[in-house]
Amino acid sequence: MKETTPPWEVKREVVIKQEAETDPKYGCPPDQRPLTYHLKYGFINLDKPKGPSSHEVTAWTKKVLGVGHAGHGGTLEV
Amino acid sequence: MTGVLPIALEESTKTLQVVLAGGKEYVGVMKLHGDVNVEKILDVFEEFVGEIFQRPPLRASVKRRLRTRNIYYNRVLEIDGRNVLFKIGCQSGTYIRKIIHDIGEALGCGAHMAELRRTRAGPYMENKNLVTLQDLSDAYIRWKEKGEEEPLKRLILPVETSVELLPKVYVKDTAVDAICHGAHVTIPGIVKLSSKIKPEELLAVYTLKEELIALGRARMSTEEILEKDYGIAVKTERVIMRPNVYPKTW
Repeated sequence: MKETTPPWEVKREVVIKQEAETDPKYGCPPDQRPLTYHLKYGFINLDKPKGPSSHEVTAWTKKVLGVGHAGHGGTLEV
Repeated sequence: MTGVLPIALEESTKTLQVVLAGGKEYVGVMKLHGDVNVEKILDVFEEFVGEIFQRPPLRASVKRRLRTRNIYYNRVLEIDGRNVLFKIGCQSGTYIRKIIHDIGEALGCGAHMAELRRTRAGPYMENKNLVTLQDLSDAYIRWKEKGEEEPLKRLILPVETSVELLPKVYVKDTAVDAICHGAHVTIPGIVKLSSKIKPEELLAVYTLKEELIALGRARMSTEEILEKDYGIAVKTERVIMRPNVYPKTW
């Protein structure tokens, strides 16, 4: 078997260097972001339909959500 | 082709490189041009695992020189006459149509790819939070016309999901704003970190609230960072968080 572990199955632990606390006054956990910020700092796991190119689908998404800029993570054409 | 197409909105486009470089998984149908016995098909599929050589196809967007790609796994799921259902996990930039053609040549009868669906791109998977354009459009209209935020909020994932597979360092509140202004990450600012970090590895710099601050390049291993008291541990490469979210202390 020449199979190797895909990067998504590599397990890492978190190790502690020092104790510290975070002040709730600043920042915001990702799941509590207000919608306008959530859109600005958002990703969509889109199910690309058959037919249109990845580029076209990205342009539609941008239009549907009324955002200024969007990009996709790898063409699905080849 | 259909399947997982991660889309980055606005500021998130800064982490697209991470998703692009991430591994991919596909499920597809190979159509054989002749009859071959099952045993042989299974053998040849197994030959196309590990380091393989590929020359990008004519219509590729990269230079057409021979290069190696790593195939993590390549499995036959089902065979029905001349149709072979397969699943392949591979390094980014692997041309699946080409691999299938080459498998056909190795089998002697020739083959082509009849259908292909991407089931994973980096951290994004088919069976987790996959949405359609229709879902998005419906949720957007509910927000704009009825003021309902929840449906849209649920369909959009935070930028942090795009760097889920990277090693991480977590910094103190007092270190955050300097990094937002481009400063490197120094050892006294680090609270906790991932195991197995190697120098030169790309990593994500986080706040203690699990917010992504920046992408950076490790200058030290996990062990060195734990051992040392000062020095630059991570060189900041791409800042995602806007400045002035955390207090300025420098």
